[in-house]
Amino acid sequence: MKRPSILFRTLRHLVLMTGAAIFLAPFIWMVLTSLKPADEIFTREFSLLPSRLALVENYTQALTRVPLLRYLWNGIVVCAAILVLQIVVALPAAYAFAKLDFRGKTWAWRLVLLALMIPHQATAIPIYVMLHHLGLLNTLSALIVPFVISAFGIFLMRQFFRTVPDDLIHAARLDGMSELELVWRVMLPTAIPALFAFSIFSVVWHWNDYFWPLLVIASPELATPPLGTMFFRNEEAGTNYGPLMAGTVLITAPLVLFFIAAQKRFIEGVTLTGVKG
Amino acid sequence: MRVNPIHTALLLTPATVLILMLLVVPVAIVAVMSLTNWQFGAATLDWVGLANYRELLADPVFQKSISNTLTYLVVVTLGSITIGLGAALLIESDTQLRTFYRTAFFMPVASTLIAMAVVWQFLLHPSVGLVNQVLGLLGMEPRNWLNDGRSALYSLAAIGIWQMSGLALVLFLAGLKSIPQDIRDAGALDGIEHPLDRFRRITWPLLGPTTLFVVTVCAIRALQVFDTVHVLTKGGPNKATEVLLHTIYSEGFSFLRMGYASAMTVVFIAGIFFLTQLQHLAMERKTHY
Repeated sequence: MKRPSILFRTLRHLVLMTGAAIFLAPFIWMVLTSLKPADEIFTREFSLLPSRLALVENYTQALTRVPLLRYLWNGIVVCAAILVLQIVVALPAAYAFAKLDFRGKTWAWRLVLLALMIPHQATAIPIYVMLHHLGLLNTLSALIVPFVISAFGIFLMRQFFRTVPDDLIHAARLDGMSELELVWRVMLPTAIPALFAFSIFSVVWHWNDYFWPLLVIASPELATPPLGTMFFRNEEAGTNYGPLMAGTVLITAPLVLFFIAAQKRFIEGVTLTGVKG
Repeated sequence: MRVNPIHTALLLTPATVLILMLLVVPVAIVAVMSLTNWQFGAATLDWVGLANYRELLADPVFQKSISNTLTYLVVVTLGSITIGLGAALLIESDTQLRTFYRTAFFMPVASTLIAMAVVWQFLLHPSVGLVNQVLGLLGMEPRNWLNDGRSALYSLAAIGIWQMSGLALVLFLAGLKSIPQDIRDAGALDGIEHPLDRFRRITWPLLGPTTLFVVTVCAIRALQVFDTVHVLTKGGPNKATEVLLHTIYSEGFSFLRMGYASAMTVVFIAGIFFLTQLQHLAMERKTHY
């Protein structure tokens, strides 16, 4: 490729730098505000850096006013449980669709494709009523149970399993492995890259989900990070911005740091949303 | 390969039963409930036929909600596509700082939207917010972005664009990478040298299916807008930011009118299905060239 002219290259940086600055501004401003004392935040004067560092006060308040670490822990528990159950349910089915023939396969696959189109919010009303009757509202189970099935997981893993050579499966059968053993001991290890992408997709989605926790969780001690953020903001009545920003820093940090550490993988996982709304 | 049917059943039953129980049957229940006047907690319900849908057509809040949702969807999709495609082309046109730019634009996609919505609320604060302070430095009038009926929906759309452009960007980057180098070289041999010419005659036609795909991805996400609305405006002021999912949430879970909310959900599902079909069309065409 021919190198563009110096004028074009300067212009390119100018436009992209301006864009990058605008896109990063909320993050930068969040971190800077989390370091400022209240009197420096509530001023009409524009100042970038804090003149007195309030790091310790703000972050201590964020961690003590609301159970922030508890929110993060709930987020981890919920996302991990959802992911493990999704894999346990989806992988055997994906294997059957990719490698086995059975009666009604076409119809069963159509069912998966139909389920793939259904957005989570669409089923909220009946599932809410169901959880109410089971007495599961306001429990961590209410955050996990509705999501144990991922039609998208089945779809994705089936596409991947189709590329696994049949000889590998025949060899395992000759060794006397049962079909279920085969899924976990032969197919699973070959699927690690696809599974990794799916995990990122699933975790990012459920870590950030706000709609569902808002419906089913009322107790602060069961809140996930997004819901907890709202408890925090309402508690502060939206005025004490230093600690509030410290809180949002702590809540956004895990995913953002993970993204920066494993960018390529992360983008791969998140862009899977392209195939699933 | 055929194996013992019992083994196949063992592999498939959990997934099939859960798909039916948690996805397909609930959607069917929503459709049935939309024909009743059921309220959450009520012991009885009456069949009302299509009365809920007739009420929807006449309901000014629902009309406002639909028109706001469509405005939001169009603004956010167009904005994200424009920024995403523009940034993708600029990033690809040279090698310097590629990773940094991609990271910067993608950061909002990777962050927790609710937390960032709280940050945006602070940025848009009428007196101490960064946006008005910067505008003040430029000699412009401050505005009450989120509480002014004229600007509230567009402020939310701006946050939507900020959040979604990075996704459009990486999808366009992938689309650009899939354009074979020989085609570009052939274009250069044919005398297509000017970058704008090259874009108009080679890149853009080949990106067509990718663009349709990215449009549907953004539109589906935009149709699901809820978080920022609930956190920042609660649909106000005076319904200026009432959007479909938020209206469903209020009707179903605040007023407990679940029959009526179900009718709205059916409209929402229809919208998503329509966009998904469009997306499948785009994906089929994408694999063809």
